[in-house]
Amino acid sequence: MLEVAGISKSFGGFRAVSDVSISVETGQIAAVIGPNGAGKSTLFNLITGHLRPDTGTVRLDTRDITGVAPHTICRMGIGRSFQRTNIFTKLTVFENVQAAYLVHRGRGRDFWSRAETFYRDETQALLASIGLAGRERTIAGTLSYGNQKQLELGLALASDPALLLLDEPTAGMSATETHETIRLIEKIASERALTLLFTEHDMEVVFQISQKIAVLHQGRVIADGTPQEVRADPEVRRVYLGQH
Amino acid sequence: MTGDTTTAATPTATPAAPAGRVIGSGSSVLSRIPWTLIIFLAACAVPWIGTRYNTFLAEQIAIDALFAVSLNLLLGTTGLVSFGHVAYFGVGAYVCGILMKTYELPFIIAFPAAGLGSALFALVSGYFCVRLIKLYFAMLTLAFSQIVWAIAYKWNDVTGGDQGLPEIPFPNLDWMNSIPFLSDLKTAEQFYLLTVFLIAVSLAVLHRIVRSPFGRILTTIRDNPERAAFIGVNVRLYQLTAFIVAGAFAGLAGALYGIFSRGVFADYVFWSKSAEVMIMTILGGMDYFWGPPVGALVLVWLNQAITDYTEYWPFVLGTILLVLLFGFPGGILGGIDALWTRVRGMRRA
Repeated sequence: MLEVAGISKSFGGFRAVSDVSISVETGQIAAVIGPNGAGKSTLFNLITGHLRPDTGTVRLDTRDITGVAPHTICRMGIGRSFQRTNIFTKLTVFENVQAAYLVHRGRGRDFWSRAETFYRDETQALLASIGLAGRERTIAGTLSYGNQKQLELGLALASDPALLLLDEPTAGMSATETHETIRLIEKIASERALTLLFTEHDMEVVFQISQKIAVLHQGRVIADGTPQEVRADPEVRRVYLGQH
Repeated sequence: MTGDTTTAATPTATPAAPAGRVIGSGSSVLSRIPWTLIIFLAACAVPWIGTRYNTFLAEQIAIDALFAVSLNLLLGTTGLVSFGHVAYFGVGAYVCGILMKTYELPFIIAFPAAGLGSALFALVSGYFCVRLIKLYFAMLTLAFSQIVWAIAYKWNDVTGGDQGLPEIPFPNLDWMNSIPFLSDLKTAEQFYLLTVFLIAVSLAVLHRIVRSPFGRILTTIRDNPERAAFIGVNVRLYQLTAFIVAGAFAGLAGALYGIFSRGVFADYVFWSKSAEVMIMTILGGMDYFWGPPVGALVLVWLNQAITDYTEYWPFVLGTILLVLLFGFPGGILGGIDALWTRVRGMRRA
């Protein structure tokens, strides 16, 4: 489904991502792991069009999406969450998700109807499925950190993606919150038959749910395979797992 | 402050009021009073119950209100800080003035043409402006407004240069003379009524736009452009559209102002006017649709009240701004809203 081939990106001489190739099959849960500064977020930003790669290509199914604008990539069926929580802080929880529906279903050119009348049921249902039922009227910026992360997942899901990219979905969470979030993500991925690519710090989480893992170190892929293969890889043990 | 489940259960405890909200919305008695209708009728009554000077002030307030609301579509709704909004006001004033004076066209053509002219100029200038962000966006809007000012000041044949374009005629309002009550009024007062009506319609249209799906999407751009792009919003296109709509309505306000003040002069387009309308917007409360009109009312009234006592108006204005920014970041309506929420909370407890 997603095919990243030989992608590189430098920032003023520093090679953040260097000749990285990874692929994700339809229906797969895949992870990119690596220490801080390994280039995980940069890689995501290259895939979703927030950054333009210096070399290499990104393909979604058969289409070349290298350097396509983020909003277009979103419409092509890639949803994403951000490492830094990224929601609409002054809108209510309901308005956040509903706005995503309005955009995705092409209502944005409507200058005249009342916004609040659209997609109420869809929004309610989605909020219930991500565990935010009853919070509709809360201003999103006042939610707890964990709830904001849930809402962000909701924003990504409202555009009905086939491929979901999650950048450290459990960053900054307690052990319990992490556990709940991962269960939620697994449940949603299976219900919606999503293909999932995520980055993560927590090793336990990664080996627990992913079918495929790529290890990034200093901008390069040093290992790519099943959790067993990656766990056994001597270089991975040396540069990454060994440090824990 | 974490929202808990009780906030959702009791709608009255909604913690904040983002753009487009009405104070006390929901269950309160206040919200059932048709405020907009009352204010509209009160504004219409001014020529009969007030002095000629009152009518003059009311007209100034009404025009500034529309100008400020059009700016707030950018500032409060889309999160675009335009320092050059007066350019579109000015283009509207000149287009309407030139068409009515030089070409002797009727108001019914010149007025929409002013809106259209400003929209076109907003399309061209906005195309470049939305390519930049934050401070750079603000500086470029300022640059465009200074270009308009320079043209207004130097293009003698068309704009009258530093002499301006005096003696713009009133529209033909003879039809009002056949309506009882209206026939007693002077032309300036009849034009005042026309102005109030056109501004009410413009504000109603802007209100619908802010509340529409399009308006909702603008608020996502204000809150978080990066995220907006990744729910599928073409951020620049929406910003440009908002820029054009805001420019068009500023142009309509400018057209009315030119006739109201019986002339269009290069001064009207000077950059400090952009600052003034921005102060009105922030003073009233840019998180509220009716914030900018409240700001316009207070500022125009203060200006005339204070100039009776002192010639140091800019000093007073500066002090107000200082108190405002530190004491009431939500503006007048933000302050009232917070107070109202607190009073109701106390009554409940």
